[in-house]
Amino acid sequence: MNRLRNTRRSLFLVPALALLTAFVIYPVVNTVYLSFVSSEGAFNFPGNYINVLSSRDIVDLRGFTRGFPFGALIHNLIWIGIHLPLTTFLGLFLAVVLRNVKGSTFIKSTIFLGMVIPMIVGGVLLRFMFDKDAGILNAFLGAVGLTTKSWTAYPDTALLALIFGSVWLWTGFSMVLYSAGLGTIPKEVYEAARVDGATPWRMFFKITIPLLRPITIVVITMTVLWELKIFDIVYVATAGGPGRASNVLALQMYQYAFRSRIFGFNEAAVVSTLLMLITLGVAVPMIVSIVRKERR
Amino acid sequence: MSRKTVYTIFIHILGWSIALIWIIPFFGVLMTALRPLPEIIHGWWRFESFTPSFANFIEAWNHPTAALGVGMRNSLAIAIPATLSPILVASIAAYALARFRFRMRNLLFVAIVALMTLPQQMIALPIFRLMSDLRLLDTYLGLIIVHTAWGIPWILFFLRNFFATLPVEIEEAARVDGASDLRIFFRIVLPMSIPALVSAAVLQFMWVWSDFFLALILMYTPSQLLATQRIPLLRGQFHVDWGVLSAGTILVMAVPVLVFAFLQRYYIKGMVGWSTK
Repeated sequence: MNRLRNTRRSLFLVPALALLTAFVIYPVVNTVYLSFVSSEGAFNFPGNYINVLSSRDIVDLRGFTRGFPFGALIHNLIWIGIHLPLTTFLGLFLAVVLRNVKGSTFIKSTIFLGMVIPMIVGGVLLRFMFDKDAGILNAFLGAVGLTTKSWTAYPDTALLALIFGSVWLWTGFSMVLYSAGLGTIPKEVYEAARVDGATPWRMFFKITIPLLRPITIVVITMTVLWELKIFDIVYVATAGGPGRASNVLALQMYQYAFRSRIFGFNEAAVVSTLLMLITLGVAVPMIVSIVRKERR
Repeated sequence: MSRKTVYTIFIHILGWSIALIWIIPFFGVLMTALRPLPEIIHGWWRFESFTPSFANFIEAWNHPTAALGVGMRNSLAIAIPATLSPILVASIAAYALARFRFRMRNLLFVAIVALMTLPQQMIALPIFRLMSDLRLLDTYLGLIIVHTAWGIPWILFFLRNFFATLPVEIEEAARVDGASDLRIFFRIVLPMSIPALVSAAVLQFMWVWSDFFLALILMYTPSQLLATQRIPLLRGQFHVDWGVLSAGTILVMAVPVLVFAFLQRYYIKGMVGWSTK
């Protein structure tokens, strides 16, 4: 009787697990396998990895003496280095400041709009903003006497333009998460601290920041994952150019698989596998904290 | 004026200026889309003359090589089933994961969380071959299946966390009355979970609608291309036609923006998760 019930209950999981196995887990395993073999199917480790890494598409050390391109992986890291601190701090700052502003719901929705629109649209908007003639940025720069140009069209500025533009798209995410987090901190905590004579700054650093720690872990993890997976924006705004100066890992993988004359699926699988290893590495702290929360 | 008043005025000016800066690009594409080319050639922010028309929207909608009207219909035909089917499949599994005890439950949970972080590039190549073998390449059904499978981990995770917050007493009472697990799930648990199901549906719909990468790999017949795939095609080969392109981006983003406007509460709840409340 009990065994029958357990069998019937495990059926609840069958459709989901079957779909996951066939269309997610099998492909993941197969991608790793593809990265280990040649296009004829012969075992070829670490041949593919050496081919890809020596192609200078992923890491190009010449960039450090000559400027862009630095290679797709370094471009992703630059993206993280600039975009992560900017969006995280700006989001926290906005969440704190807007608490006491009338009409903050509207302001927040406006800032969050960048998260709601498809990223392919986001990429077009960035290109539009930075355009020499059509873009508002150059109108401002021109008005104060600075150089105007299509910032996405030159190797030395293309990647940076996309990175700073994507701050505009993504800041809403950390702002909304921090806003929700601030709402969960009980007012009594602050009142008690105020009675003890704590200054607003001290309360912010000693109460708010520590209590927001779980949110910060989520914000940082999700933001880094987004920065690593970035594809649509670059595809539509610069196609990784000019001269690969704004290429990123996800786009490099697509180009190897479907656009390259020299490389094919196996080299693309190498890029995918590297990308997955990095994303998994980044996600481990969040996964551990979720699992630990379960155990309690 | 007290310090507090000065501060209040300051943060209001600051907050609203930031909102203004944030909205300028959206206002820019709207102005560009609404006005004829001669008026915007020196910048959409010049208003010496202002003759709004829907010509650019109509052109984007009926574009000769990338008609957005067809693209948006295709996107809907994918997004609606690719929203409903993963929710059905994942909600049943999420209930089992939240309530039933079985071996490897914790391992399964960790695996689900890990799958949520995967990049789509990791499944792209085998999916392309698999769909080709199954003769599902370049079909709506193929893309719907992939989106369904891809959506399962996060929906499962999200709904499991929600189901875990529901009081177990009602289900136990029903079980004492002789109701089966399946009946309890459909008649008691699902009706209590409608807000969570709406949250999951809103987010999944928006992601499928916004998806570009999977569509790019799996759909290639021109008449079948989805709305997001048509945006790069609207750009024009040699010079960018900003009027038509702007109108196109507005049409494609209008759907998620409207969903967000009307179901914002559910969207934010889904985004933040039910764990932080």
